[in-house]
Amino acid sequence: MRETKRPPTAEPPAAPAAISVRVLFFASLADLMGDRHRNLDLTAGATVSDALRDLAQGAPDFASRVPHVSFAVNEAFVAADTPLADGDELALIPPVSGG
Amino acid sequence: MIVELTSEPIDVPRLIAHVNKPSNGGICTFLGVVRDNAEGRPVVKLGYEAYESMAVAQMRAIVQEAMQRWGLDAVALSHRTGELQIGEASVAIAVGAPHRAEAFEACRFIIDTLKTRVPIWKKEFFQDGAVWVEPVSSQPSPQ
Repeated sequence: MRETKRPPTAEPPAAPAAISVRVLFFASLADLMGDRHRNLDLTAGATVSDALRDLAQGAPDFASRVPHVSFAVNEAFVAADTPLADGDELALIPPVSGG
Repeated sequence: MIVELTSEPIDVPRLIAHVNKPSNGGICTFLGVVRDNAEGRPVVKLGYEAYESMAVAQMRAIVQEAMQRWGLDAVALSHRTGELQIGEASVAIAVGAPHRAEAFEACRFIIDTLKTRVPIWKKEFFQDGAVWVEPVSSQPSPQ
């Protein structure tokens, strides 16, 4: 295997890049957050849980709702530890009541 | 297959016509309609909100699962959005099958599954306020 060497002039590894995700709120969560969507800037590697932590700041009632919320990234249900990517659409889905 | 969200009254005869194929001997339909009370408290009207793109994708996946499971060639599913008055249909399902058992079972499967994982929310309007209906028992989980 060929060894790759960092050129002597290389700069130290860059700080983690930022990602931007679009968060969607529905039903009671839209009422609670006072909006239907929000753009959120996060550190690269951030998960759904990290996004939730950011959203809870300045919204005291938000955290107590989280245990009853499901998450979808780009329209697929995911778990809270799912990493987010730049440009992702994160939907916060309260218990559903269609039909 | 018809799978749709609509802000207009659901055209039930159109759904039935879609599943009325020569090879089918039974058509089962289900309508969910707006009830005038919520556990006894008078309801004035309902509002439905959807995460539209995902709701349609989930509805399509449920219908495809039913068609595969019961070997069906024709299913129609329509759900309303916006404000509905008492007695209006909020959801309509039509399932055609060679024999009635498959039609009944598939229709039941579609409405029951829709209620657990399609991102649509109902708001009940009362004389003195309104509430979102968000039963914790219907919280979807990752699949």
